[in-house]
Amino acid sequence: MIFLAGFAPFQPSPGLALWSLIIFILFWLLMAKYAFKPMMDGLKKRESSISDALAQAQTAREEMANLKAENEKILAEAREERAKMIKEAKDTSTSIVNDAKNKAKDEAQRIMTSAKLEIENDRNSALTQVKNQVGMMATNIAEKILKKELAGGAEHTTYVNKLVDEINLN
Amino acid sequence: MRIFFFSLLLCLSANLALSQADAKSSHDKHDHSGHNHHDHTGHNHGHDHSGHNHDHTDHKSNSVKKGGESHSNHHANVYTSDCGSSAQPIHHEGYDPTATALHHINDANVWNIMDMVRIPLPAIIYNKTKGIELFSTSKFDAGHHDNGHYGFKDYVLYEGNIHRITCPEFKADEKFEVQGFDKVSLKDAEGKEYDKKYAIVNGKGYLIEQKTIWDGGLLGGGMTGFYDLSPTKNVVSMGLVSMLLFFLFRSAAKKYSGDPTAPSGIQSFVEPVFQFIRDDVAIPFLGDRHERFLPLLMAIFFFILGLNLWGQVPFLGNVNVTGSLTVTMVMALIVFVIVNINGNKDYWKHIFNMPGTPWFVKIILTPVELLGMFIKPLTLMLRLAGNITAGHIAILSFVGLIFIFGKAGTNMAGSLTGTALAIPLTMFMMAIELIVAFVQAFVFTILTASYLGAATEEHDDHH
Repeated sequence: MIFLAGFAPFQPSPGLALWSLIIFILFWLLMAKYAFKPMMDGLKKRESSISDALAQAQTAREEMANLKAENEKILAEAREERAKMIKEAKDTSTSIVNDAKNKAKDEAQRIMTSAKLEIENDRNSALTQVKNQVGMMATNIAEKILKKELAGGAEHTTYVNKLVDEINLN
Repeated sequence: MRIFFFSLLLCLSANLALSQADAKSSHDKHDHSGHNHHDHTGHNHGHDHSGHNHDHTDHKSNSVKKGGESHSNHHANVYTSDCGSSAQPIHHEGYDPTATALHHINDANVWNIMDMVRIPLPAIIYNKTKGIELFSTSKFDAGHHDNGHYGFKDYVLYEGNIHRITCPEFKADEKFEVQGFDKVSLKDAEGKEYDKKYAIVNGKGYLIEQKTIWDGGLLGGGMTGFYDLSPTKNVVSMGLVSMLLFFLFRSAAKKYSGDPTAPSGIQSFVEPVFQFIRDDVAIPFLGDRHERFLPLLMAIFFFILGLNLWGQVPFLGNVNVTGSLTVTMVMALIVFVIVNINGNKDYWKHIFNMPGTPWFVKIILTPVELLGMFIKPLTLMLRLAGNITAGHIAILSFVGLIFIFGKAGTNMAGSLTGTALAIPLTMFMMAIELIVAFVQAFVFTILTASYLGAATEEHDDHH
């Protein structure tokens, strides 16, 4: 140590010691309170928020994967449902068409039957009328003939009546 | 690149100062021509006079030649008494690289910036009889070598530091003119060299003493008649750097309140260093206990780093705070106290009663461990102060090349050669010192962390 004799920077000075003690301790306390502690807390907060965010991202990714699987399942179900619905609709439409066809056939049958019946009736009535007309005309003709002839005889009138009755049988 | 400009500016300014010295020395020639003889008998003159050569180059050979013919009134003063023996001011125009370098790294009561601006600082003097005295060092009107042109009460300013005139018979006005200072090297009975310093007032020399130094007289100090409690250059630097760091960190720390965000601005400058100390210094040594000691470790690191870098700023007056043993001693003391306060049962057991060792080993081990307890902070103190002071001396020595080659301003060509040499050497040294500034702050912090870690560790007696 002797070679350092008179080497001023290495001489322990009480004034400098006192001041450096005061300044360093003040520096330490103030920095601890106003700078280092907030920085430590802030850094810790940031670190935990980053790890939280990473964990959240992980769960979100997992959730997304789950969601996707579910979606696919739902989609498949929907597809199946659709196919079913289309099939049902087809069946329904076929049955409707068949029903309609059958109904139309029945109706046509019914209309044809009633038409036939009417035609028969009309023919019968027309025939009756024609018969009556023909009878009257024949009577009239016969009357006239008979008038001419009857002047000749009663036997003729009887014969004619007999003839008319025979026609009626037809 | 910036370092290059700094050193270029440094050297240019050195040349500027040199040309001023040039003018001065040519002026002094009139006064000193002829009297180069110095009386070396009886005592040696404290200053190196190798540069004291205005009209010849080799002082010694000429002094022998001229010794007889130039016995004039200008010779080294002989002090028959410590108080009031007649003396004349001596002009030392020579360049003494050692003295210059040491003067520049020393603490001072005035802040000398490039020999152009001298900022006076407050002086707080404690004296047992007079109590506390408070005044400004502007009273001394510091000049060349930071010597005061005036004295105030009992006090004078010698090489930037307040000294006290010890003579009880010294009588002067409250403010008096000081003609100059003188230093005489003497040898005591054991052959140990010591200096006596004199202030010259009214043609008479009065012994002056420096402030009290707590070295027990080992380092050339000792108890004297007064304590200098002034906020010196080093103290003001500490205050300024502390405030600078505080505002820097405060503005960064504010950004951590509220929701976490990505770092921005000053925060991204401060945070990586902060995290480096936390993750690579505190946590490896202290583990889960790091949060308790982190503020101390951070304060140590940034305080030392800030002051190391502050001392590297050119033209600021070579502030040598972390190279001052007093400052590192205080920091080491704080570390010592904190380590031992927090030392747990295991820590003390490992010192006084190392588990798992036989009793005869303990007889040797316990004193060694006990010694180690004190050596640890002692090495912290010496390592930091030594490294920083050495760096300052190296830079000042390289800048000093300009003056050595230029023969203290008399040889312009030589000084230019010196400048050409000094620029790359200073640049190199400044780059090294920049690394040293970080490394030493880091080393102090990591060792503190390791001591704290060792003191608080929970052992399970694995020896």
